[in-house]
Amino acid sequence: MENFSTLIGGIAGDGINEAGVTVGRLFSRLGYHIYMYYDYPSLIRGGHNFSLVRASSHKIGTHIDQVDVLIALNQETLEKHKGRLKDSSFVIYDMDKVKAEGQKQKGCGLPVSQILKEEGALPIMRNTCILGGFCKVVGIEWAILEDVLRKHIPKKLEQNLQVARRGYDSAVEFCRVNKLDMSALPIMTGNQAIGLGLIKAGLGAYVAYPMTPSSSLLDFMARSAPDFGLKVVHPENEIAVMLMAQGFAYAGIKAAVGTSGGGFCLMTEGLSLAGMAEMPVVILMGQRTGPSTGLPTYTAQGDLHFILNAGQGEFPRFVVSPGDAEDAYYWAGVALNMAWKYQVPAFILSDKSVSEGQYSFDMAAAGDPREESSLLWKGQGKYNRYQYTDTGVSPLAFPPKKGQVIKADSYAHDEYGITAEEPKITKDMNDKRLLKESSMAKDLEEYETVKVSGQGKTALLFWGSNKGVCCETAEKLGLKTVQVLVLSPFPVKKLKKALEGVEKVIAVECNSTAQLARLAGFFGFKIQDRILKYDGRPFSLNDLEAEVGRVLA
Amino acid sequence: MNPKDLATYAKNTWCPGCGNFSILSAIRTVLAEMDGEGIPIENVVLVAGIGCHAKIVDYMNVNSFYSIHGRTLPVATAIKLANPDLKVICFSGDGDSLAEGLDHLVFAAKRNIDLTLILHDNRVYGLTTGQYTPTSPQGFKGKSTPRGSAELPMNPLELMLVSGATYIARGYTHGLDLLQKLFREAILHKGFSFVDVLQVCVSYFNLYETYNKRTYEVKGNDTGSFEDAMKTIRSWNYDGGETPIPLGKFYQVDLPRFDQVFPGYEQKAVDRDAKISEILENFI
Repeated sequence: MENFSTLIGGIAGDGINEAGVTVGRLFSRLGYHIYMYYDYPSLIRGGHNFSLVRASSHKIGTHIDQVDVLIALNQETLEKHKGRLKDSSFVIYDMDKVKAEGQKQKGCGLPVSQILKEEGALPIMRNTCILGGFCKVVGIEWAILEDVLRKHIPKKLEQNLQVARRGYDSAVEFCRVNKLDMSALPIMTGNQAIGLGLIKAGLGAYVAYPMTPSSSLLDFMARSAPDFGLKVVHPENEIAVMLMAQGFAYAGIKAAVGTSGGGFCLMTEGLSLAGMAEMPVVILMGQRTGPSTGLPTYTAQGDLHFILNAGQGEFPRFVVSPGDAEDAYYWAGVALNMAWKYQVPAFILSDKSVSEGQYSFDMAAAGDPREESSLLWKGQGKYNRYQYTDTGVSPLAFPPKKGQVIKADSYAHDEYGITAEEPKITKDMNDKRLLKESSMAKDLEEYETVKVSGQGKTALLFWGSNKGVCCETAEKLGLKTVQVLVLSPFPVKKLKKALEGVEKVIAVECNSTAQLARLAGFFGFKIQDRILKYDGRPFSLNDLEAEVGRVLA
Repeated sequence: MNPKDLATYAKNTWCPGCGNFSILSAIRTVLAEMDGEGIPIENVVLVAGIGCHAKIVDYMNVNSFYSIHGRTLPVATAIKLANPDLKVICFSGDGDSLAEGLDHLVFAAKRNIDLTLILHDNRVYGLTTGQYTPTSPQGFKGKSTPRGSAELPMNPLELMLVSGATYIARGYTHGLDLLQKLFREAILHKGFSFVDVLQVCVSYFNLYETYNKRTYEVKGNDTGSFEDAMKTIRSWNYDGGETPIPLGKFYQVDLPRFDQVFPGYEQKAVDRDAKISEILENFI
């Protein structure tokens, strides 16, 4: 397995995220799979930001602690990440800002500030300059960098090229990264993949109030709106967001919303309305470290039970937790289909790692989230919005329908949609709504709601963003992996089958109370061990290997 | 169409003498008339919050979305954005729109979206049996304020005027002709229209005598003038004093609307696959 890790660090405002993606694109063109972790504090200028870009000959979804090349735009980067350097690592730095004396690893200082001054370039071009140097250091041909810059730099291209070229010419070659035999894959965040999956499955409107780590989906949807005829609304708060999604649904437009924990708290009254009024809505819930404001720009998996139980009363919901961009694309589409086939809220439960991590994306491997048809009213007789059926799903109609009346109701109601408080109707309608859950569960038997790889008597059990790190650790150590993709309706049968012959189940989660293990325990599964991380940072491959080693010792 | 055609089988549970009956009667009359005038009834969608006012949607055989407390306008906004051909009318209460859902009200006015909101302003929480609301006079002895509410009332019309509503009026449930006239104007108005209806709660705050004595219809006011409207609106501040209470249309102007400016790109039959491939290509 070929592996190459690069860290680029600087202050917020240095364009560290974009610089990391550029490194990813360079390796993509050399035929590598990419995973990028982007670490940033909650501020706009200053602070310490870094992108950790890992390139591999294999599909990856996690980072490793050590780096092959460290790119330091400031002194802090070098000081903070010294521990990641191996004897064979190489350090590239802005010699006008960073003192690297006494460093035992090889390195190369570039006169970045001087080059920028001579070229009359803006400070933001520091990263272009140093990436020029990076290409020379790792033996990436100038033509490849030029291709990436020409494609992705929107402003002052010629000057950027000039600055990059001078960085390239000022550096020395340290190694030559092997070219692999794979065509370049697109690189995208989990949020972008969610956006495309929703669009693929027929999304018509996206409504959101900005909140990390979901905001980038709002930005992406707003940018993509003209291409796909989307209605994108950013209203006064998350309460309005959740209600607007239902106004769209009532009028026949497939809508999704996006938020994180605090915003979702405001959405819960609207969520319960969607349960009662049977309004389809998709919710991207991007988890971050809580409680409350917590660590706004860091990751966690602390909201599983909140999502499973949010909203007063009992009503079915679909919950899926994608583990990378390919899962995100496919399952976002499935979530939209489930919402509309069963007229329920459908959650895409993501976290900062999946939502903002960058992944190589292979459409063929992801699967096709094709738009499925909803149950529509055939236009015969009198329309009843909440008609009883064998599946619990009532046919949909949208206004205007001549001669018909379409009534949605948050109160307990009869089939026509008029408020009713009689005990029989109350119970029958409750049963009707719950019937949709069993119909949906049956439908989901056709889907890979639990994904298994490898074999053995020890299994890593996980959900969401730990997919990459668990799969790679398990492969190295010869363990089985069991990824629970759909968390509601809980895939009991599939999980039972997945754990057949397994004697030791180790739950790996980014929370402090093992929420998936608790959920599985509720359905009678025995989870022997738990590996939990809740410091806001995702597991690195080294972290998990060490932890699994400890558990198995 | 006969207004009676717009009735449903739902049993009416308002108290005898409730001002809501007048609102129900007026809206049925207006919508039935409009059906014959190019606004077909199937194009009308009613949205209600929660409270005594909201039961009106159960009594109207018209498309409706019976929403939750304070949340009429977000639902209505999206319905309008989804299909601009629909006439969307919100029924809300003073607790509903001025307390629980005030944020949405201010934003609907700010957007000047083409919706109508009819405020059943009885100045008391009826369904929860008698607490003070944002429009109750100071000193109102409700169940949550047994020694009298400490707050001054809010003047919702003043708030609507400064927030950007483009049609502002006040009606009273005794006076069906005026009520119908105002409803009709508000619904036909292009932009955010707000009708404050002094609707009496006979059980918890019976103001019939006060209103019968003090209300008067404004005449000759310049409805295109912000200053004139403000003057009329501020002439009564929902206090409990002897001040005359103006009724009628106070303000109406024609300004750009959210539903015109909003880039609600038509969901074209675009080749989604081709566009997605294009985006993916740009991610390389």
